[in-house]
Amino acid sequence: MSLLCETPNPSRRTVLLTGGALFAWAYLPRFARAADRRDPRLIVVVLRGALDGLSTVGPFGDPDYAGLHGDIALSLSGHNAALPLDGFFALNPAMPAFARLFKAGQAAVVHAAATGYRDRSHFDGQDGLESGLPGPGNATTGWLNRALASLPAGDRIAKAGGLAVGPSTPLVIRGAAPVIGWAPQALPAPGDALAERVIDLYSHRDPVLAAALQRGLDADRLAMSDQLDTKTTKPKGGLDNAAGMRQSAQGAAKLMAADDGPRIAALAFDGWDTHVNEGGATGRLANLLGGLDGAFEEFEKGLGERWKGTAIVAITEFGRTVRINGTVGTDHGTGTVVLLAGGAIKGGRIIADWPGLRPAQLYEGRDLAPTSDVRAVLKGLLADQFGLSAAVLGDKVFPDSAAVKPMRGLVV
Amino acid sequence: MALSVSNAAAPDPALVALNRFGLGARPSDEPGKIAADARGYLKDELKRQDIALISADDPRNAGLLDSTAAIQASMAANAERKAARDAKATPATQPAADTADNPTHAKPVVPPVEADIYRDEAQARFDKALGAAPDFVERLVGFWSNHFCVSVAKAQIVRASAGAFEREAVRPFVLGRFADMLLAVERHPAMLFYLDNRQSIGPDSRAGKRRGRGLNENLAREILELHTLGVGSGYGQADVTSFAGMLTGWTMAGREGRLGEPGSFVFNANAHQPGEVTLLGKTYPAGGMGQAEAALNDIARHPATARHIATKLARHFLADDPPAAAVDRLAEVFAKTDGDLRALALALIDLPEAWSMPLAKLRSPFDYVVAVRRAIGPGAGNEPQRTLRWLRALGEPLWQPPGPNGFSDRTDNWASAEGLKTRLDIAWQAARQADDAANPNDMLDALVGASASAETREAIARAESKQQGLALLLMAPEFQRR
Repeated sequence: MSLLCETPNPSRRTVLLTGGALFAWAYLPRFARAADRRDPRLIVVVLRGALDGLSTVGPFGDPDYAGLHGDIALSLSGHNAALPLDGFFALNPAMPAFARLFKAGQAAVVHAAATGYRDRSHFDGQDGLESGLPGPGNATTGWLNRALASLPAGDRIAKAGGLAVGPSTPLVIRGAAPVIGWAPQALPAPGDALAERVIDLYSHRDPVLAAALQRGLDADRLAMSDQLDTKTTKPKGGLDNAAGMRQSAQGAAKLMAADDGPRIAALAFDGWDTHVNEGGATGRLANLLGGLDGAFEEFEKGLGERWKGTAIVAITEFGRTVRINGTVGTDHGTGTVVLLAGGAIKGGRIIADWPGLRPAQLYEGRDLAPTSDVRAVLKGLLADQFGLSAAVLGDKVFPDSAAVKPMRGLVV
Repeated sequence: MALSVSNAAAPDPALVALNRFGLGARPSDEPGKIAADARGYLKDELKRQDIALISADDPRNAGLLDSTAAIQASMAANAERKAARDAKATPATQPAADTADNPTHAKPVVPPVEADIYRDEAQARFDKALGAAPDFVERLVGFWSNHFCVSVAKAQIVRASAGAFEREAVRPFVLGRFADMLLAVERHPAMLFYLDNRQSIGPDSRAGKRRGRGLNENLAREILELHTLGVGSGYGQADVTSFAGMLTGWTMAGREGRLGEPGSFVFNANAHQPGEVTLLGKTYPAGGMGQAEAALNDIARHPATARHIATKLARHFLADDPPAAAVDRLAEVFAKTDGDLRALALALIDLPEAWSMPLAKLRSPFDYVVAVRRAIGPGAGNEPQRTLRWLRALGEPLWQPPGPNGFSDRTDNWASAEGLKTRLDIAWQAARQADDAANPNDMLDALVGASASAETREAIARAESKQQGLALLLMAPEFQRR
């Protein structure tokens, strides 16, 4: 397979148009096809803290990149050379699995992407990213859950519900549609008898707690059923370290590979707020990217046959400054990357309407200017994987976003 | 439906005092007596001077270090670790990634001083939380500590100093003035380290010009967004950048002691961005350290700060989405008293909503774990590790929030499938550990009192063992919700 992505053209201004025009004709609602043997899955990985897209997928072909991103810029030469994806972009060398998938046509990158949020608060940015609402506020449901709730009742995807990985449920998958939760843990478990009695008490006195506990017990039974043994998966901390990311993907893959397992999952990885000594090809960010890469690899391994119908998307609330700051890190910015992987992804491509890095081209003189909308990517995935209509996506899943058109053709 | 929530009976005043405002009953508490004058019971505690401090007179706390000593110990250990690494390193090997899961770091040669200090500080905090009644003030400590959080995951220096930070910058002020707490927090080495201000350098300062380094706006942004005004309150990127410049030079003296006693707060004039600065429309003349101090004083009194703090307090003590009237009342008290936190605590107790709204919030992980411990008594041996492990399993390890906004204060974050399953595991472990526990039916009377529901009473009465009954009590809605 060639390493080239769709257009080696350095201007990179045509890719999106081609993608959209080429694949519009192929669209048919998926659940309308009775004979369809496809079994699609969607996994959303939320990277909290704002990922530096320029150190993840570096535009080495941009003449201004190396100067601005300074000591942490990726480079094609030297000891830890970046992995070229095409003639313009290269991947952080901490991500060999993603590079392999990209080469095999099972991974893609959307660059210079951002949500509709333009301020630089993590917490509002994450709220918007996960809630899918047009502005910050007291969001209590996430777009992924609303997508799940929008599927026709009786659909096998809706019936299987969603999966939330980690000690608390990420906002993106909170909502009315049923979600089970699971996290790798190692506390001695009480017997079923106590659990049944507590459930019985809750069912009389506190139905909300009853439902939550029941889902927790169900998930635990499923995940712990055989080789995924509690001793070998003892977590080493929250999901802000490489081992934790890998372990959570391993467990989630096992739950999702089951015939009646959830088809939709959300994970949240912390720690991407690299203000100080961010590192480039090695160092703090590279360690985290290595964990994310490990998670992609575990999903590929654990899903087995199901991998071919799977799409994984990794998103973050916004990017980081193009220039490094006074402490060899980066401050809060705007445009960044969306990473896509999975057997269902039409990969081997970098989808970017590259804005350039000359001073006048930067957003507010400091950030990578966003030219793609993260919501368009997410809408495209939901449309292609599950057949959700543009109307449902623009109204219910991402309210008031009709102007943001789904990016079609991300899926094979 | 004709029935509405407002017709629901008001909660038992004893449970409001013990659970909404406190850390839960101990078997020796008498809910019946507390109910007779629940407000007075809470207010009495606010009269006690220094109630929030961790007493150095208590021999159990004798070993606690102040932050300067703790940071110096960490610096020394770090230097030893580095020397040990350098001695071992061979030039041909691949550079080791500095992650905790790297096997080459599995066996430290240097004793983990920071982990020892952290464990001692954790023990002191648990002891304090398990001790006095009713512990409304200890809940306030938890609130402010989370509001002004640092994370021990940031660096070993923060692991060593997080406990001292809370004792030095938070506890002395929880019944004092907000502006004083703000200043103590923002100049504390743990915070300067956590939010990266330590290395932020004014680009036009002497150090900036010489070394070609510059600003790090992390601390400035989070002070405005999280500690004071709140997001969306009207400041812009220009204010963040200005404020970051004003804060340059606020740092910690390094190991070599060039600027001052190693590990202590110092103002480094060489790194300070010179010149006058405009922040939120007001111009601050050049003035070294006094410039940012003046700005902090003004921000502490800003109406947006009053509203931000009032909203968070009401969310913590009343409900995830607190009634506007309660927030207004607290904001008014904050503004009128110039941020007097004792007055604010009294105002919380006097809110009619506190005594009429249902106890619908779940206990936070820390408060749940402490309530369990208070109910069954301090565990034998292996402390504080067991409690720390519980907190980690519940997703909220002590002094280790995922970001500078602290742990969430919303029930839906805790009432998750995984969260409830973990609470069940903890309740079971705790119940098994309490070997000679009293009769669970009596425990229910002592911890919840007369307002326990018939279903809870029956479930406990029918338990097949003392342990199972106790675990049911620790899982009962009356024990989980506040």
